Amino acid sequence: MAEAAAAAPALQLEGVTCTFPSPDGRGRSYTAVQGASFTVADGEFVSIVGPTGSGKSTMLNVAAGLLKPSEGRALSFGQPVTGINPKAGYMFQAEALMPWKSALDNVAAGLEFRGVSKAEARERALPWLSRVGLEGFGDRFPHQLSGGMRKRVALAQTLIVDPKIILMDEPFSALDVQTRQMMENELLDLWAADRKSVVFITHDLEEAIAMSDRVLVLSAGPGSRLIGEYRIDLDRPRDVAEIRMTPQFLALHQEIWAQLRDEVLKGYAQTKLR
Amino acid sequence: MRSHAKRLPSRPVILLLQLGVLIAFFLIWHLLTDTKILSPFFFGTPGAVLARTWADFASGVIWYHLGITLLETALAFIIGTVAGIAFGFWFARAPLVSVVFDPYIKAVNALPRVVLAPIFALWLGLGIWSKVALGVTLVFFIVFFNVYQGVKEVSPVVLANARMLGASSRDLFRHVYLPSALSWVFSSLHTAVGFAMVGAVVGEYLGSAAGLGYRIHQAEGVFDTVGVFSGMLVLTIFVVLIDAAVTMIEKRLLHWRPQDTGGGQH
Ligand SMILES: Nc1ncnc2c1ncn2[C@@H]1O[C@H](COP(=O)(O)OP(=O)(O)OP(=O)(O)O)[C@@H](O)[C@H]1O
Ligand SMILES: [Mg+2]
Repeated sequence: MAEAAAAAPALQLEGVTCTFPSPDGRGRSYTAVQGASFTVADGEFVSIVGPTGSGKSTMLNVAAGLLKPSEGRALSFGQPVTGINPKAGYMFQAEALMPWKSALDNVAAGLEFRGVSKAEARERALPWLSRVGLEGFGDRFPHQLSGGMRKRVALAQTLIVDPKIILMDEPFSALDVQTRQMMENELLDLWAADRKSVVFITHDLEEAIAMSDRVLVLSAGPGSRLIGEYRIDLDRPRDVAEIRMTPQFLALHQEIWAQLRDEVLKGYAQTKLR
Repeated sequence: MRSHAKRLPSRPVILLLQLGVLIAFFLIWHLLTDTKILSPFFFGTPGAVLARTWADFASGVIWYHLGITLLETALAFIIGTVAGIAFGFWFARAPLVSVVFDPYIKAVNALPRVVLAPIFALWLGLGIWSKVALGVTLVFFIVFFNVYQGVKEVSPVVLANARMLGASSRDLFRHVYLPSALSWVFSSLHTAVGFAMVGAVVGEYLGSAAGLGYRIHQAEGVFDTVGVFSGMLVLTIFVVLIDAAVTMIEKRLLHWRPQDTGGGQH
């Protein structure tokens, strides 16, 4: 029993289709994702790239248990996801910090929800703040932090509760290049330390290749499906800045970009049409 | 050239100017009544009003009435706020209840509350409770609508994030809904306190044996203009003081909010 659970993939989507009713309640409904199936093995780092509006966030919401798919199902470590997926941590694309809590209290929130006393939760949150480079910013409120700082608070907030699988929706897109590479390396270190599973969504193909074991390519919507899967056999541990110079990286980039470019153009044209 | 400058003068200068307006007002009032352009019988004189107010405080008679009015205000405020928060939450979390009661809530809120004063007097007598009831009907709806809004307006992403972090429904109430609703309640605190006082004074005015409203009514009954203005002055001073206290509380409790809306003071 226990062995079977250990062998089960961290995340498994089976024929997931998500259809949204049209905003006015009548008219045509909109199918964002059509029959998406993929697995993320325990300890694997998988990136999903795709044009804007292709349903990346939608798939992550299904994996998190926040959205019930119209068809198909999601499994996490062998358990069907019904309601909030308790094994998952989710770093949202949009602002998700509680504006009435200080940075420190935001980081500590997950522990508090798990019954840890406020004082202890704060104490344990402190090292996480410095890990994301925000030592001394603990008493600031979200509106007093920059967009990039808020993302880093959100990262610490997600990781402190030690989720088995981390869902990240464009976590670093708001950061400048230097901070971004720093955070990417930090995330890789954290990931290497205890091999959590990661589903990482990004617009940035280079970032996807530099970080992942596998890159999935999503077609343009409506009804987007997975159209490509690339194994990234670059050596680990990696430095995200250095690895971009290697010939293998460039070859992979060229190969995936050839496919992605067409979808991005299609997606852009469709967004304009709608 | 200077007329293009948009910068306001510094705070002490503004305070001085505000004080100037007050003094000018009393001065003009004094001149107009002194020269009999305005009849002192109908308009009082500032000297007499200030002297009367001073005498009332010195002799101590006013304290009793002030105490009654403040007590009624405080009770109306507390009861109205607690009920408003409770019902606001209930309605926001129970869509069916809110849909069914929506037209009735709107109807009752549209009713001018003053017409209820005689009914409350009939039900609750001429003591403080009929005034408290009137104040409650005013305060309740302000708080109710704000809490309802505050709960409804919680960002779905913030909510989803808290749930992903393991928040139970109790945690959600304590850490998400309540802070959000309270921020709306506090932004309406000034209005709520003001209305609590309106309820008290209007109630007293329409029928009672104590309170500032009663004193103003008494003075009016004997054409004592100075007494009416003196009562209004005391009322105004206390409204301003209470409002300042509310501002202080608000600043302490809402320090997490961006201060982009006017004011600009720290
Ligand atoms: N709640 C909803 N109701 C209606 N349509 C929705 C809803 N959520 C998403 N959609 C639609 O589904 C499609 C996919 O949305 P999604 O947010 O998953 O895109 P995305 O791939 O994350 O895009 P981006 O890269 O810009 O974040 C979009 O066309 C969007 O308009
Ligand atoms: Mg998205």
